[in-house]
Amino acid sequence: MNIHEYQAKQLFLHYSIPVPDGKQATTPESAEQVAKELGGDGWVVKAQVHAGGRGKVGGVKLAKTLAEVVEFSREMLGKRLVTKQTGAEGLPINSLLIEKTYPIKRELYLSVLVDRGSERIIFIASAAGGMDIETVAHETPEQIISVPVHPAAGLQGYQCRKVAYALGLKGAQIKALGKIMQGLYDLFLAKDASQIEINPLIETDSGELMALDAKINFDDNAVEAHPDILAMKDPAQEDEKENKAEQFGLNYITLEGNIGCMVNGAGLAMATMDLVKLKGGLPANFLDVGGGTSVDKVCEAFKLILSDHSVKAVLVNIFGGIVQCDIIAAGILAAVEQVHVTLPVVVRLEGTNAEQGRALLSNTGLNLYAADDLAHAAEQVVALAEAA
Amino acid sequence: MSILIDKDTKVICQGFTGKQGTFHSQQALDYGTLLVGGVTPERGGETHLGLPVFNTVQDAVSGTGATASVIYVPPFYAADAILEAVDAGIKLIVCITEGIPILQMLRVKAAMAGTGALLIGPNCPGVITPGACKIGIMPGHIHLPGSIGIVSRSGTLTYESVHQTTAQGLGQSTCVGIGGDPIHGMNFVDVLSRFQADEQTKGIVMVGEIGGGEEEDAAEYIKAHVTKPVVAYIAGQTAPPGKRMGHAGAIVTGGKGTAEGKVAALKAAGIEVVSSPTDIGVAMKGCL
Repeated sequence: MNIHEYQAKQLFLHYSIPVPDGKQATTPESAEQVAKELGGDGWVVKAQVHAGGRGKVGGVKLAKTLAEVVEFSREMLGKRLVTKQTGAEGLPINSLLIEKTYPIKRELYLSVLVDRGSERIIFIASAAGGMDIETVAHETPEQIISVPVHPAAGLQGYQCRKVAYALGLKGAQIKALGKIMQGLYDLFLAKDASQIEINPLIETDSGELMALDAKINFDDNAVEAHPDILAMKDPAQEDEKENKAEQFGLNYITLEGNIGCMVNGAGLAMATMDLVKLKGGLPANFLDVGGGTSVDKVCEAFKLILSDHSVKAVLVNIFGGIVQCDIIAAGILAAVEQVHVTLPVVVRLEGTNAEQGRALLSNTGLNLYAADDLAHAAEQVVALAEAA
Repeated sequence: MSILIDKDTKVICQGFTGKQGTFHSQQALDYGTLLVGGVTPERGGETHLGLPVFNTVQDAVSGTGATASVIYVPPFYAADAILEAVDAGIKLIVCITEGIPILQMLRVKAAMAGTGALLIGPNCPGVITPGACKIGIMPGHIHLPGSIGIVSRSGTLTYESVHQTTAQGLGQSTCVGIGGDPIHGMNFVDVLSRFQADEQTKGIVMVGEIGGGEEEDAAEYIKAHVTKPVVAYIAGQTAPPGKRMGHAGAIVTGGKGTAEGKVAALKAAGIEVVSSPTDIGVAMKGCL
């Protein structure tokens, strides 16, 4: 789960991580009010969307006057921001973060995440902040410092000093960085984060360290244990269909093709998408209906797939494990009738009673095709989508 | 011989009297698994499915001599269940539970270091030696005792591989679903090394997916240590970056863990990588 920058910065303050003075605003008027309260002679207006790359597309603007704060706020609010991380539709800008500006001496990078390979929480730091860290890691790996933390020992002082010296910090900054890292570590554990990124962490002209940006992702498996985090969820930043799917225990991701896919199991769902592509088609979605394929679930799955108007044909691929295929087939049939599916639907059923299942799906008078194997099913659905 | 489990493996079930535990324990008994009892706190002394129920894993081990345990407890209790099994001296722990918080798994893995206990999963279908012992949620009837070792991160793709190797008449020695979570127990290399050492296993099917770097590690290991034919398939070639494809571990981040990278690493190690998931069985047969 993602949250907005302004929410992440509020969490940072609770964990003694310094951030610029600032406040969220949802109208140009309140943005002006915030800027007035903050004082000073310059402000930054930042679009609050769940995506990076805002600066390059007009989502972050420096205002020199209060009039500019109002002007930029008016420009941004209500628009959709398209960055390289959002896809073509972009994300709605419903709120802004207005902050004071600070004279920047250097831009650093600091993040903490779970590293799968070492099975540790690791800190990653670099003196090359403000840039895309993946590019830095690729082009100048010597500029990346990583520090793994043992779960029993926790973060140690020497580890913070190691990072501080590698970043070229001095004097009081060494302790200040230690405090920031400890705050990040405590926040990470307390709230079940999966990644926290500060890019850039700035050194101001007066030598202070401050999180100029803040990005936190939380572990979806743990978030229900944190009502305060769940309350920060902003459904407007997420795909409507993906939100809806979640309510019904379905796992749905929108893609850009025209062949709807409904599959049981995440691995098989990915494999089915791959196969559709291999046969010359393009999948419209990833959809895992999970283990228990009830009529209700299949109905909801069809509704989701059909709500995407680019879909021309649907491929249902169910490997009947413990549930028998004739029962699954009856469920699909009921769902197709209930939801009034008129598009061609190719069904591949495998497992116990697969033949009885296929027999049930044949000669129904509906636009249903029972395929006997997966490769044929994929070829058939691609052909049907092309013909539509 | 098979790997990890055989007809004499004594198995207990944690979360025995729950809905999942009951259903899959009955399926395991029907398959012929030597299930010898189960654990549900506060239900010790009862009989369930004709087997004794214990309050603790320690009691179950003392009472039955079990060396393997399968876990069907809810996600927020699963870390506790795994460590209870480790503490009681269980050698093989199979955790089916999906949705365990990643930080809990980090601590579990750190606590397991040096204990010698093996963990399969979590978020996996389990492990089966066809005709001998089924520990997990896989449908038993699609399997056929035979010569192919199968290791996979995905449940339904394990079934798909089983189905195809059965259809080719090859059958399976042992099938291990290592699970779809980013932090988990046995990895590809742990299983591959056992298949290489196992006489019954003549060929290996390895099914990977996007995310992480275990397939790349496996490629290096196979190149150096595995002499048996390996057929690999990687799921998620059409998956967009930054999106979690169902499994918590199936996500491409920062340009790492892509299907192309994994396929290239496996091919460079001389492994036959099929581009269609429907070609696994035929390709395996062709390699033998």
